[in-house]
Amino acid sequence: MKFKTTLLATTALTVAAVSAQAQDMADSMTLVSWGGAYQNSQQKAYVEPYLADNPDVTATWDESSAEAVAKLRAMNEAGNVTWDLVDVVASDAMRLCDEGLAMELDHDEILAPAPDGTDASDDFGDLIVSDCFIPQIVYSTTFGYRTDMVPEGVEPPSSVCDVFDLETYPGKRALQKRPIDNMEWALYCDGVAKDEIYDVLGTDEGVTRALAKLEGIKDEVVWWTAGAETPQLLADGEVFMGSTYNGRLFSAIAEQDQPIGMMWDMQSFDLDGWIIPADLPEDRLARVLDFLYFATDTQRLADQAAYISYGPARESSAPLVGEHAELGIAMGPHMPTDPANATNTHLYDYEWWADNRDDLDAKFQSWLVN
Amino acid sequence: MTLTIIEPKPVSFVALVVAAAGAFAGLLVGTAHDTPFMGVLLGAAVAAVLAVVWLTVFRNERTARWLTFVAFGAVGFFYVGLMGGVIGLAFGAFFGWFIFWLGEGRYRAKLPPYTTAYQVFLHFLFRVTCGAIFIFLITPILVVMPLSFNAENFFTFTPEMLRLDPEGYSLKHYRDFFSNSDWQQAMRNSLSIAPMATLLSVGFGTLAAIGLSSEHVPFRRAIMAILISPMIVPLIISAAGMYFFYSRLGLQGTYWGVVLAHAALGIPFVIITVTATLVGFDRSLTRAAANMGANPLTTFFRVQMPLILPGVISGGLFAFITSFDEVVVVLFVGSAGQKTLPWQMFIGLREQISPTILAVATILVAISIALLTTVELLRRRSERLRGMSPG
Repeated sequence: MKFKTTLLATTALTVAAVSAQAQDMADSMTLVSWGGAYQNSQQKAYVEPYLADNPDVTATWDESSAEAVAKLRAMNEAGNVTWDLVDVVASDAMRLCDEGLAMELDHDEILAPAPDGTDASDDFGDLIVSDCFIPQIVYSTTFGYRTDMVPEGVEPPSSVCDVFDLETYPGKRALQKRPIDNMEWALYCDGVAKDEIYDVLGTDEGVTRALAKLEGIKDEVVWWTAGAETPQLLADGEVFMGSTYNGRLFSAIAEQDQPIGMMWDMQSFDLDGWIIPADLPEDRLARVLDFLYFATDTQRLADQAAYISYGPARESSAPLVGEHAELGIAMGPHMPTDPANATNTHLYDYEWWADNRDDLDAKFQSWLVN
Repeated sequence: MTLTIIEPKPVSFVALVVAAAGAFAGLLVGTAHDTPFMGVLLGAAVAAVLAVVWLTVFRNERTARWLTFVAFGAVGFFYVGLMGGVIGLAFGAFFGWFIFWLGEGRYRAKLPPYTTAYQVFLHFLFRVTCGAIFIFLITPILVVMPLSFNAENFFTFTPEMLRLDPEGYSLKHYRDFFSNSDWQQAMRNSLSIAPMATLLSVGFGTLAAIGLSSEHVPFRRAIMAILISPMIVPLIISAAGMYFFYSRLGLQGTYWGVVLAHAALGIPFVIITVTATLVGFDRSLTRAAANMGANPLTTFFRVQMPLILPGVISGGLFAFITSFDEVVVVLFVGSAGQKTLPWQMFIGLREQISPTILAVATILVAISIALLTTVELLRRRSERLRGMSPG
């Protein structure tokens, strides 16, 4: 894993150097994101304020983050990169960086320092998992359940292992159609210690063991591929519990008043952030850098949390997280990073998955069809 | 003029057929209450008893039908509520009519008197099958419509909706469509791309069809096959090809790029429909026009065009709908600035299952129906004016 590298030698180039290019900036940007509530939070927290400060600039959204890697490859091959800034999950950023499709960055040079003067690279800390990646949020994949489908006389589910317990909690489950997270949860609930999960999963017996655990609930599983599916299935009462991104569950519970409860146990953290496509023309690059400097500063990332329950990636933003923009409820307790929610978490190992993804995907898919 | 003698049929026969229909209705109701088997038995029994009573004990059609109607409605209302009442009324109306329609032998009224029982059976089997296919095709579209009035942000028939409670319904998804700038931009894009693409398709397609139906053009079949190919080649292949080609030309991500791509997809439809109408076109008319001193252009617009117009219009309609419904090619050839309605719907479905999509779908269905009806009415009118229609 490429953690933040030591490019600090170039700190001589300061922010002033970036803003000095201000004369020659393109007046339009194409931003790529995920659509839905998440994109809306970006729009409200930093795109609208930025456009208000720069009235001659226009920003266009392209909701293509799900296929960003494939599309960037095609654009690169066609020699026609139309995107200026792309929102991707950390693992995609690493792939794009390795393939040379994303631009390598010096975080301290292009990003604002924290209000107390801490360098950006220290403020983001370990979350800068790739030289091309500028993290925005920490989100987690976790479980929600229908509160009105809990059998009588039984405690509501509180542990991830309740998902595998069909006797106490009968009913359908929604799980993501991929091995990541599911395999780890299965091993954990099969009695593997948390810090040994990846060692066990690295062996053939470990994979068999994880799949055997999943086999126990396979008949009751509805497999999902888009984050919107689980909230829909839960709202319909089609499933009793299901995994999805924590922000989706927050939205279904707090904004849509659905009878759904959160289960934070063994939530799996992941990161989402920006990459800049490689080899942008100079004027467009200058515009994007100007926007990025603004959009990733401490206050803007904290503002984003008023629209969606994802944790800001900067350490300095956490104390500034306030209330939900419309509902007026404090957002702190709904963040995946809140200490009360993060008592037992699962640290998803990017590096391990980068090495084993293809192999496990194949095994998982063939298990699915059998 | 009817020669068929309508006479009452034996009660045993009627009871049997009505019982079968009752079993089917019972299956539907029973499934909704998780006891399909009980539903079948009860449905068949109730229907058979009803048939026997109405045809033997109390044979007064008017009163009997009203009684069935009201009784079924009351039972439905009593056990389930408003929705059950409505369904009960529908069932009551059907069974009241069905029993006497069979019992009095009216079902033979429109059939020739010499048809055998087997032929009558086949006749109605055919009709029922057609109806079933029709329902199978249309139900997914119809289900969308009530759901689009959902008061919640999920694709769910909420208990309030099923109770026909006004609380469960709202126009908020329609409001969202008309007030949300993303949807409005998508609507504008669709409305500016589709007509232009249609115009190009119709122009080029009509010219190509006329050219290809003249006998002196060499390699007609080969040219035709190439022009039709966008219909046959998988869309994703055309889309990827266009993407790389248009990128080199600098057309990718531009308005004209999308218009040209959609025109290419629409041309085959125009060629096919216009070629079909040209088969019935008498070439001696153009010679006659030339004989009277009209130049080819005048001949085309004054003589040929009016006669092949129905083909041109329906081809144009297909081209319009192709462009209006197309999502694959525009995802490749367009950029975020040319987001059309189907693209916006695709995003909405993938990232956020919002009933706004259903509201849009309902509006689009309504527009399509209006469009097709208008064209059909215009066509009939012009045929009547020209005395081509027999009726």
